[in-house]
Amino acid sequence: MSATIDFTIDGKEIKGQPGQTILEAAQQAGVYIPRLCYMKGLTPWGSCRVCTVLINGRPQAACTQPVAPGMVVESNTDKVNALRRNIIDMLFVEGNHFCMFCEKSGNCELQALAYRLGIAAPKYPFMFPKRELDMSHADVFIDHNRCIQCARCVRASRDVDGKHVFDFADRGAHRRIAVDAEAFLKDTDLAVTDKAAEACPVGAIVKKRVGYAVPFGQRLYDKEPIGSEIETAAAK
Amino acid sequence: MVASTIGLKRVVIEPVTRVEGHGKVTILLDEQRQVRQTRLHIVEFRGFERFIQGRPFWEVPVLVQRLCGICPVSHHLAAAKAMDRIVGGEKLTPTAEKMRRLMHYGQFFQSHALHFFHLVSPDLLFGFDADPAIRNVIGVALKYPELAVQGVMMRKYGQEIIKRTAGKKIHGAGAIPGGINKNLSIQERDELLKDLEQMVTWSRAALKLCKDFTVQHLEKLAPFGSFDSNHLSLIRQDGAMDLYHGGLRAITADGKKIFDHVDYQKYVDYIAEEVRPWSYMKFPFIKSLGPETGWYRVGPLARLNTADFIDTPEAEAARKEFKALTKDKPNNISMAYHWARMIELLHAIEKIKELLHDKDLQGQDLVVRGPRREEAVGLIEAPRGTLFHHYKVNKDDQVVMANLIVSTTNNNEPMNRAIQKVAQDDLSGHELTEGLLNHIEVAIRAYDPCLSCATHALGQMPLVVELVDVDGNVVDRKVRGE
Repeated sequence: MSATIDFTIDGKEIKGQPGQTILEAAQQAGVYIPRLCYMKGLTPWGSCRVCTVLINGRPQAACTQPVAPGMVVESNTDKVNALRRNIIDMLFVEGNHFCMFCEKSGNCELQALAYRLGIAAPKYPFMFPKRELDMSHADVFIDHNRCIQCARCVRASRDVDGKHVFDFADRGAHRRIAVDAEAFLKDTDLAVTDKAAEACPVGAIVKKRVGYAVPFGQRLYDKEPIGSEIETAAAK
Repeated sequence: MVASTIGLKRVVIEPVTRVEGHGKVTILLDEQRQVRQTRLHIVEFRGFERFIQGRPFWEVPVLVQRLCGICPVSHHLAAAKAMDRIVGGEKLTPTAEKMRRLMHYGQFFQSHALHFFHLVSPDLLFGFDADPAIRNVIGVALKYPELAVQGVMMRKYGQEIIKRTAGKKIHGAGAIPGGINKNLSIQERDELLKDLEQMVTWSRAALKLCKDFTVQHLEKLAPFGSFDSNHLSLIRQDGAMDLYHGGLRAITADGKKIFDHVDYQKYVDYIAEEVRPWSYMKFPFIKSLGPETGWYRVGPLARLNTADFIDTPEAEAARKEFKALTKDKPNNISMAYHWARMIELLHAIEKIKELLHDKDLQGQDLVVRGPRREEAVGLIEAPRGTLFHHYKVNKDDQVVMANLIVSTTNNNEPMNRAIQKVAQDDLSGHELTEGLLNHIEVAIRAYDPCLSCATHALGQMPLVVELVDVDGNVVDRKVRGE
């Protein structure tokens, strides 16, 4: 058995394993670091920056940074959480996120993070971009209004499903998720059982005709804030 | 309509109020202060029919209820009924239908209680011309504290029912295409049963108050904003009042049937809408009669007129008393809407009682599906009247067409007639006072349009009236509260 790698997060001593990222080691020790583009089983991507922590005072993405001995990591502090709130705030105004009728509401990681971080209302002006729906597939649809470009669908399709249904097109502010070049979703080999069909943290890639089948009070984040499952699992 | 407006003075009441939109009243007066024309304008434009196009059909019942914060359940259920047919699930399981009915009766209960206690009772308790400083809900709370508390508690009870059936008190998501997403647990049922008898008692008292007021002041109320009209509502197969489902029945002012038990999927063969350039609100009419005489009333008065009977004992006894007033003929008195509304309040709580004791509400079979359709109509009797939702959905599950005829739209021509009558009877030849202008609003309020809500509920009317001469100069201006 390899030796542990000792470091601290917010003063708590953590014993990580060689090769682990800060996010994984923290999770194992019952410390939740907020994240959006990270998904267990997918190659870490480091794009959303919500998992940003301060390592010896320098900002780094916890999902891609390997653990090292003696690291002093700050995560759940006012300063770091303020950075995270800014990112979440910008994601909300950059797309068209209408939680009040979105079927992902209550099961949405973006919404749940906003609640956990105490965002009561958006602080930036809405951009109201004009975005389309792709309803062409029989079982899955894309609502580009809600995409936060986390690339979980890209990685799930490529790395788990072995298909490469999704990728990005265009650049800068015009960057968007696309399917097999310029085709519609129906023209791809996506199946409803694919990992990519359930990888979306928001309501952008959704299984059809499920809608609001789960009543209020029984949805994923109705009772406990996102991340509580990690914190309570370690406490047991 | 006047042929020319040259030489007439224009009085504008704007806003009449402000709930889910704006309305105003314009009155044209000639030099002798005789009313020549009165119009209720709805100057709002919401655009829901356009912006739900392209959205997935299962989103619609949740999305479209945002039209309204007062009775969103009506839109939620009307859209859900249409989407039931889209998924071929219109024959709901007993649990699903009864849960939806419970939600709907809960909504009737809260909406009718809100309207009577908070919006209308100041007019009835203090008089149409009373000082506006006391003619509001705060005035009621000070002078009749028990009534004010009852109003609040009855509304709360209705909202608690909605919460346990739709998931939230406002803008829930209980009804889904082909059924419902939850049943009623024993614990939820028992919580609702606790206050039930108190609600029944208060409903009886509210009905008595309304009935006694109408009967005692009949001489004044009978002509107030009244006129003959057709009446339209859903009706159960056996002729009973049914607020959730049925066929369409329309009758004339003296009770002759125009059509009966019409399958509302074919409503376009029977109902058309006229557009007039001065209002965003259309004017629906019965096709076979044409726009001149085919307009009709909806809502509590219309439902009391179309129904052969009510299937709950206390409301049925009350209905018989109501019908006796007009010797079993249709009642065409605008102010009788309030009495009819309180009969429905009692009916709603009787139905709630019946349902809470029904074990089907604890059933597990919640959703049904059948052959897919691409077009469907959902109709429901909302507290304010018959509500039409009509959708087309493409093969990719996207809404491609939506047409909504809401209750207040159905009552568009009647409300215009009511204010025209009041203006001619009460305002012609008089100097305009705040009290007289309130007569116009009393007539509108009888129909309980969404427009009436902000007024009394806020304790003061956000009302500006200007008397403008033919050259556009303001010759008289009154701001309510000044």
